[in-house]
Amino acid sequence: MIFINSGSRRFGKRFVSGALGTAGAASEAPGSRKGIAWLGEGSQLFILSVLGIGAFVLLMALLSWASELSGVGGAGEAVDPTTGTITLALTTEPPQLDSTRATDMVSGQILGHVMEGLVRYDEFNRIVPGVAERWEIGESQAIFHLREDSRWSDGSPVTAHDFVFAWRTAVAPATASEYAFILYPIKNARAVNEGELPVTAFGAKAVDDHTLAVELERPIGYFDKLVAFPTYYPIKQDFYEGRDGRYGADAIDLLYNGPFIIERWVHGAQLRMLRNDAYWDRDRIHLNAIDYAYITSDVNATLNLYKDGKVAIAGLDAETLHDALEQRWKLERFNDGSVFFIEFNHRPSRLTHNRNLRKAIQFVVDPAELVYKVIKLPGNTPGESLFPVWLKGVNGYFRQEYPAPEHRVDLARAHDYLERAKQELGIDPLPPLIFLSGDNPAANKQSEYFQEVFASRLGIEVKIDRQIFKQRLAKMTAGEFDMVLAGWGPDYADPLTFGDLFASWNKNNRGAYVSAELDAWVAVAQSSLVPEERMQAFDEIQKIIYDDAVILPNYERGSVFVRNPQLKGVVRRAVGTDPDYTGAYIVDG
Amino acid sequence: MNATLSFAPVVAERDVEVISRPSLSYWKDAWIRLKANRRALTSLYIIIALGLFTVVGPLLPFVPSSSTQDLDQISSPPGADRTATIVAPYAPWSGVTVNVPAGDGPLEAPASVSLAGEATTQAVRIFWDPVPGAHGYRVYRNIAHPAPDDALGMPLADVLVASRVSFEDRLDIKPQDYFYSVVPLDRNGREAPVYATVDVSAVRVVTAEEAVRRGLADSAADLAIGDEVRLALHLLGTDYLGRDMLSRLMHGARVSLFIGIVAPFLFILVGILYGSAAGFVGGRVDQVLMRFADFVVALPFLLFMILFRILFKIEGGDSGIAPMLIAMVILSWPAAARLVRGQILQIREEGYVSASRLLGAKTPYLVLRHMIPNTMGVILVTITFAVPSAIFTEAFLSFIGMGVAPPTPSWGSMCNEGLKTMLTHPHELIFPALFISITVLAFNLLGDGLRDALDARMRSQE
Amino acid sequence: MIRYTIKRLIQGVITVWFIATATFMAMHSVPGDPLMNDKAISEEIRKNLEAQYGLDKPIIEQYGIYLWNMVRGDFGISFAQENRRVNDIIREHFPISAILGILAIAFAGLGGILFGALTARYRNQMPDIVIMFLVILGISVPSFVFAALGQLALVKLNAFFGISILPVAGWGTLSHMIAPSLVLGLGTMAFLTRLMRSSMLEIVSSDYVRTARSKGLPPTRIFLRHELRNAILPVVTVLGPSIAAITTGGFVVELVFAIPGLGRYFVQAVQQLDYTVIMGTTVFYGAFLVFMVIVVDLLYGLIDPRVRLE
Repeated sequence: MIFINSGSRRFGKRFVSGALGTAGAASEAPGSRKGIAWLGEGSQLFILSVLGIGAFVLLMALLSWASELSGVGGAGEAVDPTTGTITLALTTEPPQLDSTRATDMVSGQILGHVMEGLVRYDEFNRIVPGVAERWEIGESQAIFHLREDSRWSDGSPVTAHDFVFAWRTAVAPATASEYAFILYPIKNARAVNEGELPVTAFGAKAVDDHTLAVELERPIGYFDKLVAFPTYYPIKQDFYEGRDGRYGADAIDLLYNGPFIIERWVHGAQLRMLRNDAYWDRDRIHLNAIDYAYITSDVNATLNLYKDGKVAIAGLDAETLHDALEQRWKLERFNDGSVFFIEFNHRPSRLTHNRNLRKAIQFVVDPAELVYKVIKLPGNTPGESLFPVWLKGVNGYFRQEYPAPEHRVDLARAHDYLERAKQELGIDPLPPLIFLSGDNPAANKQSEYFQEVFASRLGIEVKIDRQIFKQRLAKMTAGEFDMVLAGWGPDYADPLTFGDLFASWNKNNRGAYVSAELDAWVAVAQSSLVPEERMQAFDEIQKIIYDDAVILPNYERGSVFVRNPQLKGVVRRAVGTDPDYTGAYIVDG
Repeated sequence: MNATLSFAPVVAERDVEVISRPSLSYWKDAWIRLKANRRALTSLYIIIALGLFTVVGPLLPFVPSSSTQDLDQISSPPGADRTATIVAPYAPWSGVTVNVPAGDGPLEAPASVSLAGEATTQAVRIFWDPVPGAHGYRVYRNIAHPAPDDALGMPLADVLVASRVSFEDRLDIKPQDYFYSVVPLDRNGREAPVYATVDVSAVRVVTAEEAVRRGLADSAADLAIGDEVRLALHLLGTDYLGRDMLSRLMHGARVSLFIGIVAPFLFILVGILYGSAAGFVGGRVDQVLMRFADFVVALPFLLFMILFRILFKIEGGDSGIAPMLIAMVILSWPAAARLVRGQILQIREEGYVSASRLLGAKTPYLVLRHMIPNTMGVILVTITFAVPSAIFTEAFLSFIGMGVAPPTPSWGSMCNEGLKTMLTHPHELIFPALFISITVLAFNLLGDGLRDALDARMRSQE
Repeated sequence: MIRYTIKRLIQGVITVWFIATATFMAMHSVPGDPLMNDKAISEEIRKNLEAQYGLDKPIIEQYGIYLWNMVRGDFGISFAQENRRVNDIIREHFPISAILGILAIAFAGLGGILFGALTARYRNQMPDIVIMFLVILGISVPSFVFAALGQLALVKLNAFFGISILPVAGWGTLSHMIAPSLVLGLGTMAFLTRLMRSSMLEIVSSDYVRTARSKGLPPTRIFLRHELRNAILPVVTVLGPSIAAITTGGFVVELVFAIPGLGRYFVQAVQQLDYTVIMGTTVFYGAFLVFMVIVVDLLYGLIDPRVRLE
């Protein structure tokens, strides 16, 4: 018996219940099973507990030993001035670090730190020399003169051949690169990619080690901006071929020519970058290490890590904003450059093919209300046009030079259009429209909001069809919707990245909008080298999109984030590496 | 002596062993004992009340529609102030533009920041004195004064035209105090380390047109600008789109209770039949049946969930309850079947079963009389636990975006939504969580009561 | 016994084959495909991609190739993470999920048996009421709420003491494991407590326990040999399926606590329709589960001599 001071069995019982932190006075309740008396039951439970806890401790010790084998290097504090290290969280593991095949934002962000193309964006988002010292872009040819001191992380020089190899790899059909199209302005790139011409016909050639000559398919006014894109990064041929198809799969399967190298990559858990001493412009880099020690897409988890002093930057959403204000943090906002909108299905079999119906819907939609009352996150701005505000025009900003058509909610006009639509369609009342939506909380909220807007202001019933990512794409491609919540992010810093979206030939025109007029203006914008002429074309496209209600702009997406005050010099940008820590530095605080 | 026989033939007395009280059937007896259990009975009443809540509740006069969005009262807690002032409809503001004074040297803070017009929940308009040399301004808003640690709060916008010295804020303005700070920007869009602040107290307003549309007044003619009205009453507050929580809880109960009760009932029924068949028949049949159960257990739930959604042609507008239910039943029964089989295997070896069999009992009798009643305890516990787990499965599917289609609410999805705002608007999490807890508690206590009531061994002890 | 085990293993292989086939059919009957992406690709690029992944072949041939590769133990290359082999994904991330799961199960099993026995013993008394109240709380709160609240509590705890007592998220050391495995195991523990309580209550009133008691056996012996051993049976039965519940429930915990486990990969794969990862993880988990069920059945025979294994 373990009850040293127990005089009776009854006391022993109390001891047990007392040990559990409950009232020891609990005597046997009437009606409980007095008949089945346990003898010394306290000791049995004690033995059981000891055995259980012992086994548990043993198990924990064993597991902790096992986890050392697969574990992540210990993550430090958010900002460490003594070692020059910052710790951050990534939303997801970079899916592809082979620059010829990368398609997503996170891979682009990592690649932007460890690779350098011919040119890059500086802290004011201007194009500045990268591997190329200077360049000349003509109507049919572009020449890039490469600097001689640019090195790979193994010490060998970065040459024009490395660019030619990377670009050829990207357009080779066997690579199956999704972004091969971004190289199509180069002569024969499209034909090579489609297997019609051999790869030797590709229009980029190394004149010598430090001169790259690129023949162009057609005159192109924004080629310097295009070559900043990750698909245009160089790859060293010997190394690529030596990896036996594993190029980019792990830290050792990459050769770096950018400001950082990947020191350690534990899939799904950690990605740690170190300053690259072989980088030609290493004086520009202040941080010694960037440690992505956490990979989670959960906003709250990242915010909790920030509060705990474990990560230097955390994004906020409308729900966590109030908490952040109460913490008395200074917040920052950033516009990520993408535009979100309701896209109509213009296929003739659909009701939304009718222009009057689209116009009726257009006149009840108020992007300001959506942004200010539903999305509620500063940084997002009400959508007015397909072309976001940050795009450059002839001299200043495009949208200041060519303002978007003015839009006001007008219920009377909306009902007017609706009546005409009903007459033209010969249907009254209209059957429910299918509103295709994604499965994320933001899309949910917005589709529920729009459903109520259409019902209460226009009397149109809308059915929400919520689908996971791939199914939504399948339905969009097949045209099984009337309206869909869609968005578009820029590939390069020219209005054309938005302007050609609704050209009839564009695969991304999933609403199948067809307009000869719009196609003509896209053709002008694509081939003209006169800025005024091009901007005029974009303005015409902007007007057509409003007049014909091709899409209904909802918002330009922004985000709000909080940054450790000791970390400075972080650059956010709409096009290019974002966020960019290459110029970041730590101040003592 | 005439000896008479004092013996009489024995008359068989047939009623010696007559049972003096009426015979109680198993179920009748169980019901009597259940009634004696006050906790179980209370739980039963709670469950009935929940049923009434969801069926009758939405018909009550003070319960608005579950989909009406009151964008003037987004995420308002229960008992919040509801007075609002009538204002003119929103009209765009041209703002304030000045000639830019030239300047070089470090940027200074604006001499003053002032409020234009009245600060309302419709819009707050501020303007400030131009700063010589500034190329733009950044406007911040906070809920507390920036001093002493320069906590400017959240950046609302950059005004990138130097001549413009005003800003109109319409972002989610609540009837409370705000502190607007203006920071001048240099040529490269970088902030100067100075700012000027104005504090503003916003009042809740509504336009006459809106008031009429919401049924707060009969006609716009009755309302003059400056009149006070009281906004719609929301007993339990509103959610992130200004929808009535009470009404959504009532409608959400339909989904959650339906899924929570019907799905476990169905799959446990299947499990009992399947498991008892396997356990009792035994041998080869048992093996084949249990291998099939193993096969079903190992099927990926999520993938089949998506598949069922498509098989049942879930188009827009369908709530998607039916495929969810079917998927849950088809994929969840094996656990119950294994449990029942395990119990049956055990009971099959018990003495009373052998005795009964020796007395010539047939299989159906054995199953109905001995097997099922003796497994009831474990089965009922499983059911009471399957209810919350079914409610949670629905919530988990909502969490990853595959739950019931909006705008149909469910407690699980409301919980999920409420979780994001739990620090600022706790009522959005607490109410659905409370309802889930009450339901679970009621089912548990009822299950306990049923277990005791149905336990054949308890009978002999009273 | 050995014959029985071999027989069960052969049956298990057939079960896994069924699972593979059912998953393959389900996956390919869902509209959409893994090659679709935000930005549409041209027919030619698409053809290149299809050729690379072998999706241009007839479906039955794909199935054949798939089965053959599976037999050779090769699950192919992920569609979403184009440089990683599914085998590597499973090899690197399953141990993490397994550690988390084992810890959660151990926590749930030990806690459940202990608390179950305790509540049965103190039926309707304070310990019973308190523990059962906690159990109700444990089962009436969804795991994602628990995970979020648990993490918030850690932040407050660390802030209160001014030092990092337990990490808020991440993976690698023992201290990283405690909070997520507690959160993950809580629901199952509540369930097992109830099950144990109910089965314990039945056992203590059974004939053989009474007999043992009247024979004057030492109480500890009765408790360990007769009561506990018999009461654990239903608990052992549900442990198998509990593992399945924990591996899927693990997704939420892995997401919130930033743990690189396989659960996250599986949910992502389903949402991305990443054919090879779905197939690989399903077959792997399926095989794992079937194996666990066999182990549980064998354990059953060991614990309860009345259950004959034949």
